[in-house]
Amino acid sequence: MAQTGAVAPAAPAAAEPVARRAVSRRATGHPAGSGGWRKRLEILLFVTPALALMAVFVVWPVVAAVRMSFFRWKGFGPMDDFVGWNNYALVLKDQVFTDAVMHNFVIVVLSLLVQLPLGLAIALLLNRKIRMRGLLRTIVFVPYVVAEVIAGVVWFQLLQPGYGVVDGLVSAVGLTPPEQGFLGTPSLTLWTLFVVLTWKYLGMAILLFLAGLQGVPDELYEAAQIDGASWWQAQRRIAIPLLGPTMRTWAFLSMIGSLQLFDLVWVLTGGGPANATTTMATYLVNQGTARSNYGIAGAASVVLFVVAFVMAVLYQIFVLRRDTTEAR
Amino acid sequence: MPRKTRSAALAALCAGVLVTTAACGGGDDSSEGGDGSTITWWHNSNNEPGKGYYEQVAKDFEADHPGIDVQVSAMAHEDMVDKLEAAFQSGDVPDVYMERGGGELADHVEAGLVRDLSEDAADEIEAIGGSVDGWQVDGQTYALPFSVGVVGYWYNTELFEKAGIEAPPTTMGELYDVVDQLKAADITPISVGAGDKWPAAHYWYYTALRSCSQDVLSQAITDRDLSDPCFVKAGEVLEELLAQEPFNPGFLTTPAQEGATSASGLLATGKVAMELQGHWEPGVMQGLTDDGKGLGAKTGWFPFPAVEGGAGDPEAQLGGGDAWAVAESAPDEAVDLVKYLLSDEVQKGFAENDMGLPTNPAATGSVSDPALAELIEVRDAAPFVQLYFDTEFGTSVGGAMNDTIALLFAGKASPQEVVDATQQAADQEG
Repeated sequence: MAQTGAVAPAAPAAAEPVARRAVSRRATGHPAGSGGWRKRLEILLFVTPALALMAVFVVWPVVAAVRMSFFRWKGFGPMDDFVGWNNYALVLKDQVFTDAVMHNFVIVVLSLLVQLPLGLAIALLLNRKIRMRGLLRTIVFVPYVVAEVIAGVVWFQLLQPGYGVVDGLVSAVGLTPPEQGFLGTPSLTLWTLFVVLTWKYLGMAILLFLAGLQGVPDELYEAAQIDGASWWQAQRRIAIPLLGPTMRTWAFLSMIGSLQLFDLVWVLTGGGPANATTTMATYLVNQGTARSNYGIAGAASVVLFVVAFVMAVLYQIFVLRRDTTEAR
Repeated sequence: MPRKTRSAALAALCAGVLVTTAACGGGDDSSEGGDGSTITWWHNSNNEPGKGYYEQVAKDFEADHPGIDVQVSAMAHEDMVDKLEAAFQSGDVPDVYMERGGGELADHVEAGLVRDLSEDAADEIEAIGGSVDGWQVDGQTYALPFSVGVVGYWYNTELFEKAGIEAPPTTMGELYDVVDQLKAADITPISVGAGDKWPAAHYWYYTALRSCSQDVLSQAITDRDLSDPCFVKAGEVLEELLAQEPFNPGFLTTPAQEGATSASGLLATGKVAMELQGHWEPGVMQGLTDDGKGLGAKTGWFPFPAVEGGAGDPEAQLGGGDAWAVAESAPDEAVDLVKYLLSDEVQKGFAENDMGLPTNPAATGSVSDPALAELIEVRDAAPFVQLYFDTEFGTSVGGAMNDTIALLFAGKASPQEVVDATQQAADQEG
């Protein structure tokens, strides 16, 4: 923009008589040369803060983590014990970490398999003209607005073995709650965690889908109605296909969120019991802050970054590009 | 408007650079306290009467040392730990601060952050006696412990009575009987905050302390070598205890001290009969009950039982404490302050205010709280007090140890695996 702005008024001006040239100059309001300079300065002014913040709070920490990952460092003193790829070997050979990666992927897949259909179904329902639609929409979205830590603390109390509300409900139905509680039984904890995650994030999916449904033109529904299509057929043939781009965007957000999952797990289980709910993020925080193995934590964070980055890029190339090219 | 944003962003940028250089400038060893006239002192007694007492102590010290200004920072314990960690990273350590000893201290010594007090405070070190061991590295003393406590079973005397238990158990066999009696009376016997791992780890530390002789232990710690079979036995004894299923439901995710459903909360509210915890437990329980009294008059204490056939001394106790350390960069007067903090006078006041378990023998008789007074007796009667193993081995090895012990509690690791994981972490440190 800076170049074209500076050149455009000057080019026709050269071919015009001197008098008209002066007029045309007055018309632009300010001299062409200084205008370009000003624009450049303006752009610089607007972009620099963002770039500087980005450099300091995003690029620099990433570079620092990469550097840290090649050293054995306890968090203080000089960082001079270079160990090469050793930290990466330790991380990738550590069963706790490989299990953590598995847990992350289980949650990625489960989110897509469970939250997508569930969210879609509720969004389609809430898109109908029903009583108290606004209230229902709000209620569905409330868990998403609640801070993760608060949600974690509340669910932690609800899931207390013996005294908790969930145990009470389960026994009221006539079932026996697990003796160690839903969070204390290693084989159940990941599923319990996923239920809480779904409770927390389903609202987000529903909100996005509802927004997407607003973009489906009414004419299509009307045309379908005239052709004798049922409500279900209209949803299946019109609403859901047109919701494709929204669903793909949601899936992308959900995937990245699942890979970086930390807060809720940290509050609910701390990655336990017996490492049953460790995620990559809890692993690296545990290694860094609890064990002072900053090198290993750095290596784990780089692995997490690479995994998330590769998945994001692949998703962009194979799934989202369809939407962006279509949009063009 | 853009100008304003930009200057704000510049400020943020500068702040960011400051923070990051502070966080990672490992080579920067400048210290503001080095001018000889100001001493910075960080402590965690941020409640009365401790806070006011330490302020008075600082004033008294200033009166005796004209021209010296003691800047006291009282902070909550967690805050202090976080700030100290940042201070160690930047190398800008407060002049007088708290050290927990063991491997952590050894790391700080290796990084050249802590001052050797062996000669400057020789008299105080002699007065404190054996408690100082945990704060020695290669025979040199780097910090003076001012409060050392021991871990043991805190129990609810009322619930014990209700279950018909006449005397606290002295052997593991008796402990199992007590567990059975409590279960028969429909009382959950023991709470443990295995979610935080260290409370579970204390069990293993104690079974190791009861299974291994003092020589084996000190050799294992010096050599970082856990090959002695007694360490595997420690895990086996613990498995035996776990087989009795004495713990509160959901103990694997129970936190140590946060809230009424934590291990300490369950004991304080009468939901369980006992808990293995450190000397801070009465204070923690007071904070977890509405009336601020904790278990009150129902509070009882007994030491960890003897392990039948174990080579360890049943009188030896597991414990730890806090010590005053002086930063390498601190002025000489900071050493005088630490010596003053360990003096008969200050330690007596410390004891009278029930701020901990004083280490200076002149002050041990001044503790007014009966529970703390009992603990001091046990501590001083013990042939030796073994520092918590995780502190002893440092965060990296100790963390690996605690994680695997928590796995053993969940039935996901064998006694041998606890030893192997700890050994592996120790070997990685090189």
